[in-house]
Parts: sequence; structure tokens; C-alpha cells
Amino acid sequence: MNIKLNVPDISARPTDKCVTKLKAERVNLYYGSFQCLRNITLDIPSCSITAIIGPSGCGKSSLLRLFNRMNDLIHGVRVEGNVELDGTPIYDPKIDVAELRKRVGMVFQKPNPFPMSVFENVAYGPKRHGIKSRGELEEIVEKSLRHAALWDEVKDKLSQSGLSISGGQQQRLCIARVLAVEPEVILMDEPCSALDPVATLKIEDLMRSLAEDYTIIIVTHNMQQAARVSDTAAFMMMEPDRAGVLVEYGPTAQLFTNPKDKRTEDYITGRFG
Amino acid sequence: MTRTVLNSRKITQRTAFTFLGLATVITVTPVLFIIIYTITKGAGAITWDFLIQFPSQAGREGGILPAIIGTFYLMIGTLVFALPIGVLAGIYLTEYARDNWLTRLINLAIVNLAGVPSIVFGLFGLSVFVLTFHFGLSLLAASLTLAAQALAMVITTSREAILAVPREFREGSLAIGVTKWQTVRHIVLPQAMPGIITGAVLAISRAAGETAPILVVGAAFLLPKLPQSPLDQFMALPYYLYTVATQVPNMPEGTIWGIALVLLIVVLSFDVLAAAIRIKTRQRK
Repeated sequence: MNIKLNVPDISARPTDKCVTKLKAERVNLYYGSFQCLRNITLDIPSCSITAIIGPSGCGKSSLLRLFNRMNDLIHGVRVEGNVELDGTPIYDPKIDVAELRKRVGMVFQKPNPFPMSVFENVAYGPKRHGIKSRGELEEIVEKSLRHAALWDEVKDKLSQSGLSISGGQQQRLCIARVLAVEPEVILMDEPCSALDPVATLKIEDLMRSLAEDYTIIIVTHNMQQAARVSDTAAFMMMEPDRAGVLVEYGPTAQLFTNPKDKRTEDYITGRFG
Repeated sequence: MTRTVLNSRKITQRTAFTFLGLATVITVTPVLFIIIYTITKGAGAITWDFLIQFPSQAGREGGILPAIIGTFYLMIGTLVFALPIGVLAGIYLTEYARDNWLTRLINLAIVNLAGVPSIVFGLFGLSVFVLTFHFGLSLLAASLTLAAQALAMVITTSREAILAVPREFREGSLAIGVTKWQTVRHIVLPQAMPGIITGAVLAISRAAGETAPILVVGAAFLLPKLPQSPLDQFMALPYYLYTVATQVPNMPEGTIWGIALVLLIVVLSFDVLAAAIRIKTRQRK
């Protein structure tokens, strides 16, 4: 049985100019003695959207946080294997983690604007990265908010608290905050799970327009969303010892219409998960 | 039958409320009693001259200006030493220190520091600041001694205030390539500041009321002039009150209670200030 999903036509995408942006090779991730990811290997193409799907607890977020080293914040984390950004190993001890995260920005599940004005939220990153000129900051803030499709809604309330706008607007503000530091990759960890359907669609449209300039990886538990927005999809599952493995990885259309693995088919047709 | 069950439950509930209320009344009564008693006995002594004059006749006449000034100097001195060190230690312990046995031991030590009797701090100050560092019996030695005592509270409240800053804010900052220190400086500290200030204010209000530690590190009963430098001796309200109440014969009772009232007002006004800061920031959120 195949369910009908609105699958994007990937042949229309400019896949020819895409290169491997991020690469994970035989990655194992441990939290203390618990293995969270096992033997993950995948190449993330640039200028496209990659979706990571799978049941709860299968390590989707851990895989996502591998690429900007956010897992480092957890005490007792250990990474084996190789992860590369543009061919440079990012777990090299010589890597400046702050510099890496500037290039690989992240948007979280729950919108987390800082308790400061809309303007300051967006200007925060550039300021910390050394931009002091007010004019330059204003330019960056406007550009980032426009890019995040939020400018028209907030241009008259730039001095209001970032917490005073709606949830969907807050999430786009968080995207603008990431765009303001001019990243190359944007990681999104279930960015719509706290939003209503209308706000969700707005974020999805935004993601499609951002995909022209940025490499986007999105973790989602919403399969329709993965089908709607992504070019490539990775399906993850838990092994009996709860370690996450990559079951299948390929073009979204193929994964959803003609999955190679029985487990992928079972999952996307709703037999479990 | 249901009715009787309901009734008996109602009675149990009422009894419980009565006892809880009674306990509250028992707790509050002594506090109110002390405040009202002090005001009744001491208010008569408080005049403008009492606040701005030097004592004369061993305190039987004149005012208590040098003791008030000395206490304020002590509070400032305590704040100057305890706040920065306490906040920095709080930041280190929450943001940077690894969670291992040493950190846990340090945290335990800090908690226990608050329980060390104040006279022990006094002796520590005498031996370390007065004698070893040669600060002598002085405002400096006393401020450092009180700061050492206040540190436990400043560190503990700073830690709590810093821990209360949501993880989401830190992650949002770190996730756009902002360094850890910048995140602490620009996100965590501004958020934690009201809590830190509240703790610091409470700590110095407590320091203002301390008698035992300053007794051995430089408080004098009577001095002819105000301290001119941090290395001078000083007068302070609690010690002055202790001396006039116990050592001076024929001391007018009203004056004693007047000094107590001034001390109470100084300490309580700082507590009220701390509460005001807390309420104000809670409203903002």
C-alpha cells in the first residue's frame, strides 16, 4: 500500500551545481556509556534541504547537533568517526567551535528569542562578531528580517520585545537571527513543532526560498513536512539497544514512493512510529 | 453515609487550616512584637541631632553619627569585596567547572561556610587580615572579614540566579557562533543580575548587623573622629549598641532603644530593597 503524498519534483532542482557540504563517515556518538548513534555515514549536498525523519528517540536531533558540535554542551559526550564541513574535519581539536557555529547556524524546536527587542535579537550575533556601526547593524537587521519574511510584520515594532510577537513570528525572528551572521548551513530541529498549521506553512515556504542560498538540514517528525520541503531524506531508526542507525538515505521522492528498505516503507505508510 | 464522609472531611480540612494558620501567627508574632517594642521604646530618642552628632558623656548624650557612618562604610567595604568575587566564583562554578567530586566538594564547602559561627570568622580575620597581612585593627580588615562571611551567601544566590537563566537562551546564543564568555556576559549575566543583586543586598544587610566578627578586628566603642582611611579604626552600630547597653552605667534606656531602632531600620530597609528588586523583576517577566 502506498499513501499519496505531495512529493516535490526533484529533477527541477539545480542539483548539478550542488557539492557535498557536510559529510559524516562511520560516526558513533556516545553519551557516557550509552551509544546514541551507530555507524552513521552520509553526505549532505549544498543548496538543498535534507530532512532527517524517524521515530522519537532514534537520535535525529543528536545527528543534527553533530554538525555544529552542539552535542559538546552535554557532559560525557564522545564522538568517533569523521565529520567534515567543506572537506575540513570539524572535530579536529584545532577547530574554533565558535567559528564553526557561525558557519553552521541552528534553529530550535521551541522559538527562543532573547528577552530583548526584535532589533537587538537580530543585531546580537553581528555585534558579538565585531560589527559596531549602527548603520551597518540596521542594514543587516533589515536584510535578515526581509530574508526571513518577517520584515513587513515587524518593521514598526523593532523596539518591542522579541517575546511579544506571535510564536510563528518568534520562530522567523530566530531564523533572522541566524541569517544575520551569514551562515552557510542552517540546522533546524523540528522548527514547526510548536507552531500552528498556518505558521508552519509560512516557515516551510521560507525554507524553500532559503534553500537557494543555504544548505538546510531539518529534523522533523512530520512526514508530510519532510515530503513537502526536502530534496533529500534520511530515515533513522533505533536498534534494540536504542542506538540510532541510518536505515535509508536518498532523494525524498524515491524514499517516499519507492523505499528500498522494508522498515522505511513500514514507517512512512504508518505501520509504526 | 456519603454525607457523613463529606462532613468529616470538611472538619479535617478545617482543623488543618486552623493549625496552619496558628503556626503562621506564632511565627509572625515575635517579629512584629520586636519591631513594635523597639519603635515604642526607641522612637522618642530619635531626633535630627541624634543622627548627626557625635556622642558625648560616653554615649549618654549627643548622637550616634560615627556609628552610622561606620556601619555604612562596612557595608560598602563588604559589598566591594564580596560582590565581584562572589559573582565571579558563581559564574565559574555554574558555567565552567566540570561536575566532578572536587566541584561537589567546593559547593558543599560553600554551603557550610554559611553555617560557620560569626565569631570564628572574626578570629580568622584577626589572624589573617589584621596580623598576617598587617592591615591592623581597621575598616579594611573588618570589611574583608565580613566579606569572607558574606561570600557564601553571594556565591549561593549568584549560582541560583545564573542556573535559573533558561538553557534555550544560552543555546540560541552559542548556536550562532557566539563564544561562551560572550554568552555569559551578554545573555546570562543581564538575566541573572536582579537575583544576584538581591542576594548581595541581603548579604550586606546581614553584615551590617554583625557584632561578633567586627569586635575583634577593629570596631571601637568611641572615637573622636570619623575614619580617614581604610586603615583606621571605626565605630559601628551593633558594637556601639552592645557596649552602651552593657558597659556604660546610668545609660538612658531610651537612647539604647533609639540605637537599636536605627540599626533595625538600616537592616530592614535593605531587606525591603531586596524584596522590591525581586518583585519588580518578577513583574517584568
